[in-house]
Amino acid sequence: MTNTSAVPRWIVAIAAIGAVFVLLPLVAMTTRVDWSQFVALISSPASRDALALSLRTSLAATALCIVLGVPMSLVLARTSFPGARVVRALVLLPLVLPPVIGGIALLAAYGRMGLLGRTFEVLGIQIAFSTTAVVLAQAFVALPFLVLSLEGALRIAGTRYEAVAATLGASPSTVLWRVTMPLVLPAVLSGAVLSFARALGEFGATLTFAGSLQGVTRTLPLEIYLQRETDPDAAVALALVLVVVSLLVVGLTLRTSAITRRSIL
Amino acid sequence: MTGLTFQATVEARRFDLALEVPEGTTLAVLGPNGAGKSTLLELVAGLLRPDSGAADWQGTAFFGPDGWLPPHRRGVALLAQEALLFPHLSVLENVAFGPRSAGDSRAASRATAQRWLDEVEAGDLAAKRPSELSGGQAQRVAIARALAADPALLLLDEPLAALDIAVTPTLRRMLRRVLAGRTAIIVTHEVLDALTLADRVVVLGHGGVVEQGDTREVLERPRHPFTAELAGLNLLLGRAVVGGLDTPVGTVAAATGLAVGTRAGAALRPSAITVHASEPRARAGVDVMRIEVRDLEPRGDAIRVRTDDLFADITPAQAAALDLVPGSAAWFAFATEDVSVYAL
Repeated sequence: MTNTSAVPRWIVAIAAIGAVFVLLPLVAMTTRVDWSQFVALISSPASRDALALSLRTSLAATALCIVLGVPMSLVLARTSFPGARVVRALVLLPLVLPPVIGGIALLAAYGRMGLLGRTFEVLGIQIAFSTTAVVLAQAFVALPFLVLSLEGALRIAGTRYEAVAATLGASPSTVLWRVTMPLVLPAVLSGAVLSFARALGEFGATLTFAGSLQGVTRTLPLEIYLQRETDPDAAVALALVLVVVSLLVVGLTLRTSAITRRSIL
Repeated sequence: MTGLTFQATVEARRFDLALEVPEGTTLAVLGPNGAGKSTLLELVAGLLRPDSGAADWQGTAFFGPDGWLPPHRRGVALLAQEALLFPHLSVLENVAFGPRSAGDSRAASRATAQRWLDEVEAGDLAAKRPSELSGGQAQRVAIARALAADPALLLLDEPLAALDIAVTPTLRRMLRRVLAGRTAIIVTHEVLDALTLADRVVVLGHGGVVEQGDTREVLERPRHPFTAELAGLNLLLGRAVVGGLDTPVGTVAAATGLAVGTRAGAALRPSAITVHASEPRARAGVDVMRIEVRDLEPRGDAIRVRTDDLFADITPAQAAALDLVPGSAAWFAFATEDVSVYAL
């Protein structure tokens, strides 16, 4: 990359301080890893359970985000209805809400004494403090990431190709599957990757709504928090694992967004 | 009648227009930007809902008091200035899109697509991606895609305007071939497009239809200064007198064959006018008028000398020799045989 527009040096200096601010703690953490015990630490049954559960629930939450989020983005980007702005603000609320509050809200809805929880109770289904609850908590906080990025992509893509497709005789569903979705596929992917990353890191809502039961609801962030009390070395080792997974996710997002930019240009 | 009948208003765009397109004919819609040309096409295609009005194609209501037909049920294909080929599909898949949407099998729609690609002489592009095409090639493919959808009515929105000038003649000829016998509306600001492609023409001004009729009739014998300007003609309006036409700039001597007092127009090509710095010697069959020059406008290899009533195209060398400036008077001369006089 060549820099054609000159940036003042003092801006570069501040930017460098910002980069150090982000990187220093991560580097510091790697210096605390007990490498001789590393493999043993991350392969204990509790750690393996937590990692497996985290990946499983995050994938399920991502799938839920796609199933619910794609239609939500389409409605927000392509239709106008009274109160659309309010709806958009509410949908994006989990993005700024402290996750603990999300957990309390989820309990109020699906908990044993909750709004829908009692109905489920009658049917013999208990959601709170189950693996399902973990998925719901993760999806709740991750959904806005997908909706936000996809709605933006849909607006940028515009409706011109869709209009052409309609005049060629394609029904609205055909237009959706054959024109709209292929055009915004990169945004769906990057939105899904972001949602996955958010789900993977979810802590507060999960702890509040799902609890911390090994193999059932104790995801990797919960395990790390718990180990910190009893076995700080294990906590640091697991934290490093989560950093590596997150790095992979970020790398994937950058790649897909690069693809998006290319396909738009 | 068979064909399209259309009447609609869109208040937000100050659009209020009524027109008809008989089946099997092509209508050219000429007019300046903002006159509502694109709005007309959007309304017919179903991409915009009118505030009021009704449109009917062969007994099927597109919109009206009884409801609104969505675009994909209208059988109206729209060809825009930009090709807008679907970037994620190959050229062949783009052209096959219409037949596929109509329910044809994959194989049948591909066969149809290949046939239309061959028809527009783009058969060898079938496997390419839209990003690999030149502007002219893309527009060819877009034409094939529109025709492959087997539209009853074809809408063209300045289909040649965005193309390199080198490829427009071939594409214009191809359009003439594929439009023959079809019902189509072509929006353009190119008089040549109208003359080549359309049977009838509607000229829109900012207030609605300025005039309409047979393409040649309208463009060669304009009845409105605006149409004359579009057609690149001078139009002098006046009343028939003995031996000619009385106009604001003087009497045009011509054998009009019109009853004295009849309102008439005189059309005259700007290149048929010569401009003189001093009064030329009077000759039979030549009209001379002394008019004040308003401005001089370079137009490619000619200079257009404008007055309030006439404009003449002269060469740069002549312009230099005449040494004209805005405000100075000049003598404009033309042979009466170059003037076409007709009743309005």
